[in-house]
Amino acid sequence: MATVATTGIAAGRLSTVEYQDNFGDLHAPLSVHEAAVAADRCYFCYDAPCQTACPTDIDIPQFIREIASGSTDSAARTIFSQNILGGMCARVCPTETLCEEVCVRETAEGSPVEIGRLQRFATDIMMTKNVQPFTRAAETGKKIAVVGAGPAGLSAAHRLASKGHTVTIFDGRSKAGGLNEYGIASYKSVDDFAQAEVNWLLSIGGITIETGQRLGAEISLPQLQSDYDAVFLGIGLAGVNALGIEGEDLPIATDAVDFIEDIRQVGDISTLPVGRNVIVIGGGMTAVDAAVQAKLMGAQNVTMLYRRGKDRMGASEFEQDLATSKGVQIIFNAQPVSVDADSMKFAYTADVDGKLTPTGETFTLPADQVFKAIGQTLQDVPEGLEIAHGKITVSDTGASSITGIWAGGDCASGGDDLTVTAVAEGRDAAEDIHSFLTGGA
Amino acid sequence: MANLTTTFIGIKSPNPFWLASAPPTDKEYNVRRAFEAGWGGVVWKTLGEEGPPVVNVNGPRYGAIFGSDRRLIGLNNIELITDRSLQTNLREIKAVKRDYPDRAVIVSLMVPCEEEAWKAILPVVEETGADGIELNFGCPHGMAERGMGSAVGQVPEYIEMVTRWCKQTTRMPVIVKLTPNITDIRIPAAAAMRGGADAVSLINTINSITSVNLDSFAPEPMIDGKGAHGGYCGPAVKPIALNMVAEIARNAETANLPISGIGGVTTWRDAAEFIAMGAGNVQVCTAAMTYGFKVVQEMISGLSEWMDDNGHTSVEDLVGRAVPNCRDWQELNLNFIAKAKIDQDACIKCGRCYAACEDTSHQAISMSEDRVFEVQDDECVACNLCVLVCPVENCISMEALPAGALDERTGKPVDAEYANWQTHPNNPARI
Repeated sequence: MATVATTGIAAGRLSTVEYQDNFGDLHAPLSVHEAAVAADRCYFCYDAPCQTACPTDIDIPQFIREIASGSTDSAARTIFSQNILGGMCARVCPTETLCEEVCVRETAEGSPVEIGRLQRFATDIMMTKNVQPFTRAAETGKKIAVVGAGPAGLSAAHRLASKGHTVTIFDGRSKAGGLNEYGIASYKSVDDFAQAEVNWLLSIGGITIETGQRLGAEISLPQLQSDYDAVFLGIGLAGVNALGIEGEDLPIATDAVDFIEDIRQVGDISTLPVGRNVIVIGGGMTAVDAAVQAKLMGAQNVTMLYRRGKDRMGASEFEQDLATSKGVQIIFNAQPVSVDADSMKFAYTADVDGKLTPTGETFTLPADQVFKAIGQTLQDVPEGLEIAHGKITVSDTGASSITGIWAGGDCASGGDDLTVTAVAEGRDAAEDIHSFLTGGA
Repeated sequence: MANLTTTFIGIKSPNPFWLASAPPTDKEYNVRRAFEAGWGGVVWKTLGEEGPPVVNVNGPRYGAIFGSDRRLIGLNNIELITDRSLQTNLREIKAVKRDYPDRAVIVSLMVPCEEEAWKAILPVVEETGADGIELNFGCPHGMAERGMGSAVGQVPEYIEMVTRWCKQTTRMPVIVKLTPNITDIRIPAAAAMRGGADAVSLINTINSITSVNLDSFAPEPMIDGKGAHGGYCGPAVKPIALNMVAEIARNAETANLPISGIGGVTTWRDAAEFIAMGAGNVQVCTAAMTYGFKVVQEMISGLSEWMDDNGHTSVEDLVGRAVPNCRDWQELNLNFIAKAKIDQDACIKCGRCYAACEDTSHQAISMSEDRVFEVQDDECVACNLCVLVCPVENCISMEALPAGALDERTGKPVDAEYANWQTHPNNPARI
């Protein structure tokens, strides 16, 4: 049987119990009493900073007050009316850099109201009861194609369906959910929550999902334009950046997103092999998700290397602390030089007047696996759409340069590449599409 | 450490903290535990006349109001007087008093409003060696329906009459416990005084229904689908009790009547406030029922520390210190002018002061784009609401304007002279 010390790449490094513990819920759900105590801490701020900080503009003081007074379904409705994926966002939002960062109790005592966990409390209750809080308006006869069943597409589809439109979602993969299903660390979405959420969302009716439909292959934009009254693109960033260094194509170097996907899809994580020495290149959330999970799978040494300083790192302080608390070593100011069959070479860097400059000193780390997480890129965009800075150019309400086509989420300009931002963009585009189709009504 | 020894109507106790007549003082076992924990005295739970004791309900006796994190702030009860036999209680009282001679043991009594009934019970109580008696004219539920408790306390003539019977029959000091379920507490207090009472104790519990069960549409606590009003006590009633104590203490007729203060005393600070408002000692119940008898230890250490820090050497010296400052509204200085001031460094920018002032008060707080909240002196009437809704203590304060300073709201300088409503030009009945 393999252990953490087993050389090379091996599966089953841990006991069954260890796998269960390591891949259980990162934040346990609040009990009823805990929720009451947590909710009671909310000051019900005027024009609350938390709400302003929420990309989906959830009325946070309102839903927390509803929890405090025992009206959890009202609380859930308050959340879902702004963010239909409020359940997932409660799990994956970097609340520490959004609502909770600006909570006045964070200002006052360094301990914010636990908004994310309270949101999960309320949404879990309603979703567990399988109650769909919204009903569809009368059928409009309008048909809309949504490409991509990720957060942006699902959000747009639900809002459009609620307006009475008929929506078909096309997705190239075999399951809906997008990054919620394939791109998020396992411990943030346990018990197949992403699929449960999709099924719950679809219960509003009027939405059909067709999987295995890739844009540019099984389906094409011109065809969708002619078959539907409007098209929404929520295609995400399907490409990954390359390191551009020697040895990058060696078998030990793979994309972190694939590793994360494998963990989510494998079922029994103990059957998934992981190296004794694992290197993760990058400083964002994807890098942290890969590094932490490699460690949780029993890798002995997991090192995350970021080419710039701590202050420039994309992953939040919370995520960095999570990584180090699980035993991941983070090395800052280290730039990849080359990949070898069982090691990797780095050069130390310094920030000189904001410019990344090698110091001349290099070092080598042993590596059984190297995961690249240096960003994703837009891929397979249909011709004709205006693109700038690697994103489809859209208006504030998601309208692209082509009339009748909207876009949102990571593939589109505007906002951070976050689940919650994608939800907001999908929702707002849906409202704009509805106005467009109904003559501004 | 300050000396907390208190002598109240001649009854000495090591501290001014007595347990009120209530469930915690119903039995020898409880009272011994209370004395071991450090309580200065107890008022034994009300005894009734010889014969079959009363019976209590066998369902919930209490209801409650909660603050944050289920902190109990108001308690309601429908328990009656002791449901144990008179002889059992007398035997236990005697045993406890024998073993704790330095503690005060007062016996609460409630018998029918007949002279013979009172004359029968007083000698047997006296025989226990108890230090005094308390006449329960306050209990608002159950017993009142039988013509006792608050049914007596609501009729000043009865109070006077029964008090006089007792004073004529026993050598023990007599405390009359008053019900707050009346319109003017000074009247029953004066009646007790006329009857010869050595002291009054107040308040007993307030008629109350704490909540309604919205599934069964019945009041809580619910007994087989029905509920009855009970007596309310705990921290929530403290303001009502303090006012009633003050009313008696500053009333010329009753000014010298000793008072045992009761009503929501939870910490040493509450006790100090009652004492400053005229109480010679305090009685506690809900705090003990919520947290156990150990709470007295914080009351003792806290009161001592505060007295030491402020150079107070005896509890007696503190009694009534706040009474001269407790006045009728018409005596308040209308030339005193204050303005709210927000400490911007302490502000956490929640905006509660803004919402409160803008929605419900005087539109005297401005809010900027970047959430800076500032008091507009030309609108501020110093109502204090912002201070109270601010979650940060001392972030907003009321600052008095010095004499001669301009009050931007009225456009007039602050007058140094004291002037109240009685002389105000807008008062049609001005002096």
